[in-house]
Amino acid sequence: MSGPGIEIRLTLNGESIRARVAQEDRLLDFLRYERGLTGTKEGCGEGECGACTVLLDGVPVNSCLIPAWQARDRSVETVESVPEDELAALLESGATQCGACTPGVVMTAWWVRRNRDLVDTHGLRELMAGNLCRCTGYDGIIEGLEAWLESAKSGGGESEGGA
Amino acid sequence: MTVYLPVDLDEALELRARHPTATPIAGGTDLGVHWPQRMAGGPGDWLDLSGVSELRTHTWTDDALVLGAGTTYWDVVRDPRIAAALPLLVRAAGLVGAVQIQARGTWGGNVVNASPAADGVPVLMAYDAVLESQSRDGSSLIPLSEFYLGYKRMRLGPGELVTGIHIPLRTYDFEWFEKVGSRSAQAITKVGVAVTRRAAEWRVVANSVAPTVCRCPAVESLLAEERPVSGPSDLAPALAADVSPIDDIRSTARYRAEVLARLLYWGLRDECPNFT
Amino acid sequence: MKRVEGLSKLTGRELYVDDLPVEGCLWGATVRSPASRGRIRGIEFGDSVDWSEFTVVDHRDIPGSNSVFLIEEDQPVLAVDRVRHRHEPILLLAHPSRAALRRAVAAVEIDVEPEPPMLDFRRLPLPEQVQYGDDNVLKRLRIEKGDVERALTEAPHVIEGVYETGAQEHVYLETQGMLAWDDEGVITVTGSMQCPYYIVDAFEHALGRPTDSVRIIQAATGGGFGGKEEFPSGIALHAALLAMKAGRPVKLIYDRSEDMEVSTKRHPSRVRHRTGVDRDGRLLVQDIEVVLDGGAYVTLSPVVLSRSIIHAAGPYACDHVRIDGRAMFTNSPPFGAFRGFGAPQSQFACERHMDRIASEIGIDPIEIRRINLIGDGDATATGQVIRDGANRLEVMDRALEMSDFRQRTTAHTGFNQSEPTLRRGIGLATFFHGAGFTGAGEVFLDSEVHVAGLLDGRIEARTANVEMGQGTLTVFTQLVCERLRVPVEAVVISPVDTARVPNSGPTVASRTVMVVGSLLEAACDDLRSQVGLGPDADGGSLVRAIRDWHEAHPGQELVGRAKYRQPEHIEWDDETYRGDAYGAYAWGAYVADIEVDLRTFIVRVRDFVAVQEIGRVLHETLARGQIQGGVVQALGWALLEECKWADGAMENAQLTNYIIPTTVDVPPIRVDFLEAPYPHGAGGAKGIGELPFDGVAPAVANAIASALDVDPTFVPLTPERLMDLALHAPASGGGAP
Repeated sequence: MSGPGIEIRLTLNGESIRARVAQEDRLLDFLRYERGLTGTKEGCGEGECGACTVLLDGVPVNSCLIPAWQARDRSVETVESVPEDELAALLESGATQCGACTPGVVMTAWWVRRNRDLVDTHGLRELMAGNLCRCTGYDGIIEGLEAWLESAKSGGGESEGGA
Repeated sequence: MTVYLPVDLDEALELRARHPTATPIAGGTDLGVHWPQRMAGGPGDWLDLSGVSELRTHTWTDDALVLGAGTTYWDVVRDPRIAAALPLLVRAAGLVGAVQIQARGTWGGNVVNASPAADGVPVLMAYDAVLESQSRDGSSLIPLSEFYLGYKRMRLGPGELVTGIHIPLRTYDFEWFEKVGSRSAQAITKVGVAVTRRAAEWRVVANSVAPTVCRCPAVESLLAEERPVSGPSDLAPALAADVSPIDDIRSTARYRAEVLARLLYWGLRDECPNFT
Repeated sequence: MKRVEGLSKLTGRELYVDDLPVEGCLWGATVRSPASRGRIRGIEFGDSVDWSEFTVVDHRDIPGSNSVFLIEEDQPVLAVDRVRHRHEPILLLAHPSRAALRRAVAAVEIDVEPEPPMLDFRRLPLPEQVQYGDDNVLKRLRIEKGDVERALTEAPHVIEGVYETGAQEHVYLETQGMLAWDDEGVITVTGSMQCPYYIVDAFEHALGRPTDSVRIIQAATGGGFGGKEEFPSGIALHAALLAMKAGRPVKLIYDRSEDMEVSTKRHPSRVRHRTGVDRDGRLLVQDIEVVLDGGAYVTLSPVVLSRSIIHAAGPYACDHVRIDGRAMFTNSPPFGAFRGFGAPQSQFACERHMDRIASEIGIDPIEIRRINLIGDGDATATGQVIRDGANRLEVMDRALEMSDFRQRTTAHTGFNQSEPTLRRGIGLATFFHGAGFTGAGEVFLDSEVHVAGLLDGRIEARTANVEMGQGTLTVFTQLVCERLRVPVEAVVISPVDTARVPNSGPTVASRTVMVVGSLLEAACDDLRSQVGLGPDADGGSLVRAIRDWHEAHPGQELVGRAKYRQPEHIEWDDETYRGDAYGAYAWGAYVADIEVDLRTFIVRVRDFVAVQEIGRVLHETLARGQIQGGVVQALGWALLEECKWADGAMENAQLTNYIIPTTVDVPPIRVDFLEAPYPHGAGGAKGIGELPFDGVAPAVANAIASALDVDPTFVPLTPERLMDLALHAPASGGGAP
């Protein structure tokens, strides 16, 4: 990095870490290039497409809009932290095709899955509206999320309360 | 490039006074767009307000809701008390971008970004919101309707930060907000309007049709005087006095003018006896 | 079968080119023309940059021929002394820091002496605007059947119409990108692509290297839609040139704005119809003119034009047809392949026109299609006799049934009379799409496929066809499993690496499953026979036989092969443009049910029904996904996506300003399939990747016409354009209050 960088602490995928972030870097750059967590993708750099979605303090955000130093003292979760056995419903329903939007979709869906009360006030399509997909036409994603929520209802899984 | 990271409001104001050219940043939903290109053009200095937790609280007094400038749209969307008392805030917040933007965009940031298309400002202005700005040396209050001086220019001094938004708690006879975007979500506003009425006091606030978000005094008079309106075109003269939509990359002047007239006509038709 | 790579994508483990870590890698960037046309007077490198830190490449560094090999050799890899479009690549830069690179690109001044550009493809060029041939026509084609002039004079009714469609940007969620390096004399490139062998050919031509010193490896590709068919050859060359000069690997990734500004888009079109019908609405004569905007270089415009005219007369029987096609040169960045490849443009016109005809002579839009849809034994515009067992009327009837077309039409009439600010309408489109390369194209491609028996008994399929979301890996696995009766675990699909796979042709033209899949089946048969087994052998026996073979032939490769052979019944004459244009057509009928808000002229799609006959459904989820995805992408084209041009380039090159559909902009897409197996397609399947694009825009436009009593003749039908149309409707039209 050019310049001294800024030392921050944060919780990344459940692990408490210290890191030196470049002043010019976005959280997206820090995750992908400094930490090698390439699951989070860059689709537009404008906060429009949601491919860069991560959970910041449990809530979905566009990591391309966040200077890395704004992640200090926060919790960041990326797609790498989602347990694989949670993904069955999305795999079955055709929620992923080319995969470029998929990690972002998974993170927003994971947030909904963990905050079930959201569906009391919001439709699923509304909750997913910040994740653009060019391949599926969205039905595969919404049906997958519906099935995921159904299976979670019967199989347990706690709500963390609306974040 | 220097980045200042204050931990509380006092420190933030001190830094603001000493480094007035450092750009304050909170949610970053506007400033963060094309960040690498911004950095390449000249990184500048930054005053990060995201760590100032006092800015993110909101409090209820007897006669007002005081939104900390760092309150996000999502904070408002999730608050049932705000939904009950000030429904237009929740409606406007819910129409901003999508969840990822609502979770970061702040009301204060929306106000000082001063975009003519600002999503939060019309409803704040229709509610007669008053801004509280602070500096190291003191604080001041200014009605939001008097805050903007022109395109991207506002009454905010170099050492000042907008820290709170005071929204009077009132009972309204009529409250309405409509946003027309390029699509149903994740859309910048092409034309938007917020309307409130208390007895004969009307507030009609439009965005994306003038250099700033603005009140529409000619339309407000027409409504207060209950002049007859039989179709959208009857609103055209008053609107022509109040707003000046342009052609830009998102839409056309003709579309904005026509749609604003139609929105107002159909939005108010059932409410106003002078509309037929 | 679950998507083979699905879990990898859902967990974020799938590696796209920008995810690949590379030691000592440089970033690359491109310096481009600021002008649409002119002579390069000078290039100045600004003082604010230490240029000694940079690798700089210009046309002089091109060892072979400075052209991107495609159909003609007119497109330079890097401009020499003239530019023909804005953003044309001139220089390449490389540096370890991406930020430094951005600053450096901005510090290069390209001085162009401007010349008058030609930016409107609909007009005839002035003499000083002619830059290709003597009339700026990149390609002319004609289809002719019967006696059109006489039929026009004799027809009781002649109805005319002119229809226009705008450009469209692919917006694959993963932008264009390549990573190139010199691997001990083998120039190696990995990246986002649909056609690795196109890149091999381009490298042979521009770098003057024999094919064995070039290696192209497809990385996981985040969407293509045609946008990564021909365009990647240029970027790959750019990355390679930088890597060769720098002596280090170079990663060249476009950010979204650059990608949108410089990459190919769907050809804009203008189509004119003059149609003669009898009093019952039977088509007597179709006289059609198709004009496309090709942009500043030939690239693939001749082929897009070809497909466009072949589909221009629609899925109808008519004895007298003339279709004149022209692709025009303009000083715009070249237009290119995009799902549908000319057919969505010409079928928008045809289907809108069918409704116009129906309206003018006073018959129902369903009836006019019922009368005219190609029946068994009827011939297409090129004289291809259709006898494929598909029942096109049944396809239409199924769509009408699923969409409740008649009842909704009546309901909407009532609704429209009682609602002050909303208008509803329902619209139908019937259409078709030929799969595979046109005419002798597949013969020319000469595709080859290998299926290898590995040492441990597993089967490895080797083709050059990529997975870009459409499900190639899964369907290929399924085809091999079914053919050889082995379980999923026994099958592996080779990475698409030109060092390992034969040239089975590009991943385009809806050919991957139908044509290449069918070759896979044949190669499986060949593998089996090489180990002395027949088609009724079970999987276990095959695995054992493969292992035994390897023991008996140590150090040798066991490879089943298949090469394309054109089915005997296909006859095509490239000179007269007559005959069997495609081996198979899929047939579609789509219905759009829409509601227009008269306050804002925003169109809400309430319901969308997509019915198609596709030979055989090999994989329900994947097939449905292709249709739903294609429909939504086409809804974007129809209603939301407008390329705004300024000074010969796309002005709204950001996702904030180029609007594609979100989840809340589209309804659930309801899909149904009919099957009339195509004997020469894998498992009986026909290609379906592009089909959905042909039926959406006209169904939507027909619905809007019905809702507002207006006549939309263009796409996109944005709210602004729809408002202008509705408020300036002729007095007889209902329009809006």
